[in-house]
Amino acid sequence: MRNMFAQTFLEAAREDPRLCVVVADISPAGAMDQFRKEFPDRFVNTGVAEQIMIGMVAGMSMQGLRPFAYTIATFTLYRPFEFIRDDLCYQNLPVTVVGIGGGVTYSTLGSTHHAQEDVAVARAVPNLRVIAPCDPAEARAATQWCISQQEGPVYLRLGKAGEPVITANAATPFEFGKLRMLRDGGDVCILGYGPILKLAMDAADRLAARGVSTGVASVHTLKPLDREGIARVLCKYRQVIVIEEMVAQGGLGESVKAVAWESGAKCRLDCMSLKDEFVHVYGKHEDVLAAHGLTLDRILGFVKA
Amino acid sequence: MVTQTQPAFDAAAARRRCMQYRRRILDISQRVSALHAAPAFSCVEAVDVIYNGLMRPGAGSVRFRDLFLMSKGHGCMTQYAILEGLGILSKAELDRYCTPEGILGAHPDRGNPGIEASTGSLGHGMGLAVGMAYAEKLKRTGAMIYVLLSDGELQEGSSWEGAMMAANLGVDNLLALVDLNDFGGMDRMSKHHTAFYPLREKFESFGWECAEANGHDAHAMYGAVLGRTGGKPFALLCKTIKGRGVSYMENVPIWHYRSPNKDEYAQAIRELQEVGP
Repeated sequence: MRNMFAQTFLEAAREDPRLCVVVADISPAGAMDQFRKEFPDRFVNTGVAEQIMIGMVAGMSMQGLRPFAYTIATFTLYRPFEFIRDDLCYQNLPVTVVGIGGGVTYSTLGSTHHAQEDVAVARAVPNLRVIAPCDPAEARAATQWCISQQEGPVYLRLGKAGEPVITANAATPFEFGKLRMLRDGGDVCILGYGPILKLAMDAADRLAARGVSTGVASVHTLKPLDREGIARVLCKYRQVIVIEEMVAQGGLGESVKAVAWESGAKCRLDCMSLKDEFVHVYGKHEDVLAAHGLTLDRILGFVKA
Repeated sequence: MVTQTQPAFDAAAARRRCMQYRRRILDISQRVSALHAAPAFSCVEAVDVIYNGLMRPGAGSVRFRDLFLMSKGHGCMTQYAILEGLGILSKAELDRYCTPEGILGAHPDRGNPGIEASTGSLGHGMGLAVGMAYAEKLKRTGAMIYVLLSDGELQEGSSWEGAMMAANLGVDNLLALVDLNDFGGMDRMSKHHTAFYPLREKFESFGWECAEANGHDAHAMYGAVLGRTGGKPFALLCKTIKGRGVSYMENVPIWHYRSPNKDEYAQAIRELQEVGP
């Protein structure tokens, strides 16, 4: 996803001289390195200093540039949080703050590098829109939207590298603020965001083999949330499962429950999320997800034959 | 020396203006108590010399070619009074200060007349100013970014992240004036935070050019800024007195956020005179 982000950004930056990137000591991989070579003045590395990364993009935006801030999600959002709130959100500046490695992507690095509450934190701040695409193709579309918009700040939550494409058969393109059906179904629907939706797609295949017609939707825009779209899903399916690589409090699951209450939904509703814990497990991404209870078998277990 | 030609600065006129600004702030304090009088009074001369001396006029309808950022947002009464004096902010609007009918609060808000950035949380202005200065460099406009910092907010690490990047990026169009009134909200810094000093060497070791001046001597500050060597970001350390101009406010911490009562107001008005070096 980060390479697709960089490639998309580079293509746009060749056309728009206002586009700049400010990073905080993150190696410029792939196309980002090319951007740095082609436009050395428009690539700034503040070093291990995230407050000035956010302060600078705010000041650059105030003077008419279109800067993106970019580093690992914990350091993009948590370390300089008050600068994001005051400099970007309070002043409502059109800056995209990119957090890579959302959730527990950095599965060997421990909880200091896990953005497991980022979406909840970001959603709480006025003016800050939150987008978490699920695969490289959706990341490209989301990046293009961030580049095109001039209304205010965005937190763009990305994974890392090597995520499979799971949106190839989606009936509709990415549209900001609207949930997107990646596959349709008739009985069960799984809602989620980010690369964890690969697990949802696998679950849908397994359930289909059991004769349970299962849909999957990417709720890529967490703020503003597509409450009408969610209400339609809750109305159409007999069972809805929410899966998110984020803690429960302030997450999609809680919001879907609120929409279910408000819309008088009758379906069964199950929610899966990261635990409200710092989990001391190191290994592959799926190992840490499993330690949080985010597994294929658990999804399947929610669905009665 | 930099080649920044400016008209001669009329120090006597500046002293008259500054007395009027202090008077205006005292008058407002009798209607709205939510105001930082003493931190505003320490920076009156510094902000006046920026607006009425240093900032160059813009082209056409643009008032200034350069920009000013009030990083010590709690000093904004001074900025408001000066903007009113320049006709950028209306008297009617300043009269509505901190009322539901008005737009002005006790910290500056971006979008209000003459206000570049929303400040109030300390340690933000340096970063914003570095970004603004770098943007103006990329755009090759030649614009200068003036920023007023407080000594208290230089305790914030973010200020030094910004100072370091300013020198890394070589933004010699960034000019910081530091209001060294020696007080945070509660304590005298030179007594309780002695490691804060020396400050000049800190800026210089971070790659800045740095000079010092009496922060109530507009002429001296004007000369120090125009006399800089250039080629680096520049900081002018302005030694000031918190609450300057009203005897009972000077160096007394409670006036950080207290307004004078009726008798105190009357005394302040009687005392008020042109402040000199």
